Amino acid sequence: MVDEPKPMTLEDKLGLLTYKNDHQTHIKILDNKTCLNCPNKPCVTGCPAGVYAWDEPQKKLVVSYENCIECGAARMLCPYNNIEWNPPRGGFGVSYKYG
Amino acid sequence: MADDKFDSIVVGAGPAGVSAAITMARAGLNVALLERGEYAGAKNVQGAVLYSKMLQDVIPEFWKDCPLERAIVEERVFILTAKSGIQIGYKSADYDVVPANCYTIIRVEFDKWFSKKAEQAGVTLITGVTVSDVIKKNGAVVGVKTTEGDELLADVVIACDGVNSILAQKAGLHREWKPQEVALGVKEILALPREKIEDRFCLEGNQGSTTEMVGDITKGMLGYAFMYTNKDTIALGLGCAVDDFQRTNIKPYDLLEELKRHPLVRRYIQGSKSVEYSAHLIPEGGFNSMPPLYTDGMLLAGDAAQMINPTHREGSNLAMSAGKMAGETVIEVKKKNNFSARSLSLYRKKLEDSFVLKDMDDHKDIEDKVRANRDMLTVYPKLVCDAAHEYFLVDGLPKRDHQKRIIRRIRRERGFFRMFKDAMSLRHAIG
Repeated sequence: MVDEPKPMTLEDKLGLLTYKNDHQTHIKILDNKTCLNCPNKPCVTGCPAGVYAWDEPQKKLVVSYENCIECGAARMLCPYNNIEWNPPRGGFGVSYKYG
Repeated sequence: MADDKFDSIVVGAGPAGVSAAITMARAGLNVALLERGEYAGAKNVQGAVLYSKMLQDVIPEFWKDCPLERAIVEERVFILTAKSGIQIGYKSADYDVVPANCYTIIRVEFDKWFSKKAEQAGVTLITGVTVSDVIKKNGAVVGVKTTEGDELLADVVIACDGVNSILAQKAGLHREWKPQEVALGVKEILALPREKIEDRFCLEGNQGSTTEMVGDITKGMLGYAFMYTNKDTIALGLGCAVDDFQRTNIKPYDLLEELKRHPLVRRYIQGSKSVEYSAHLIPEGGFNSMPPLYTDGMLLAGDAAQMINPTHREGSNLAMSAGKMAGETVIEVKKKNNFSARSLSLYRKKLEDSFVLKDMDDHKDIEDKVRANRDMLTVYPKLVCDAAHEYFLVDGLPKRDHQKRIIRRIRRERGFFRMFKDAMSLRHAIG
């Protein structure tokens, strides 16, 4: 029996990466009300970097743009085309070492 | 500002962009290559398997100084259920030649090397520049604008800015992708001493192997997992259609953790240390999702144009060939000084005559067919594994009873007629 590998959390995974953070976000939620009525919020589960989190008390989507690893999936994950995602400004964002 | 006018501006220093830039620079054209990463490769993610032929067409004898990991001598497919698997592989000493059919690479190291080759050929490489829009004049693309407001002009812009192509959209060549036209891949690079890799994967020296895995591991989502051997790392990842992630609410990183724990995978990576996690979109819409490949003053190549053959794990090679043909097209139209869409349509003709569009065309509706029969992604792996289990089981029952049980199970789960139909619908997948 092989020991199971130690589980890695998403935080562990993101901790391996190098970022150069911009002070301005490259991700915009176009209309907060749309998220309120979105039943299963695929951006929250489908984003590989956990950038999108639903804040229940505030009833809004919290976007941790600085964790973004720039796959661009959010645009297609949102069933309502409510996420405007652009690449970060030149030189900013994640820098992969292996890729 | 617009104080620089180039013969061509290539956006994106990936396989398509660098191939295009090198091709044009060698012909004496004044070429700018713009890259949004701090260095070429910084934003790029690939499995990564590099095919020799298409790179050799751009860089003859590339193997002499290209940062290669392992020469692939074995290609394996695992068909998995939760606890079991059929393992198929082809290994040949004939693959162990120079250059090999394909190699594993660390994509960032490769891109740094490849873009250096472009600079040596005379290309002006500018990194850390994000292009935000095209500049149009009388309806034709005549340059690009950066996020910092700078403007650069050229006779032809070649958009090789990847799956999230800003340029193709700004130039009006395509709308946004649909969720079913892109797959989301996540991957980890797992460090292990090279002797362990060679022992576990049964490899000698610089030999390497690839493993593609289908079945239970994607939970019925359209996609597959992979495990590639590098020198002293293993690339382990998986990719599934974005509409499936949308539908199932499965977290991609949780699925990756499950893959690491699978009984047929965990021993290979035991004791390894993860050194990088990455994610990337793979444009898997195929032939039918390809946007127009040219417009007045602009060409499109690589992921930006959906140039991927997912059934054969190919993409960067299509990008290199397409980039080279885009470069050749610009060289030819430059002679006539005609950069209209009509003149640039030569590019499409070149692609049609090559393997790029032929392969894309042959595999154009595979994913639709699997989607229409989505349960085959889980039914068949279970069926073949159960049948194999029964076949090898020695439990005192006569063999004929085991055979009957296998046949009964196939009839119940799928039926022979339906299996034949499924097989026919997918015959191009391996063709």
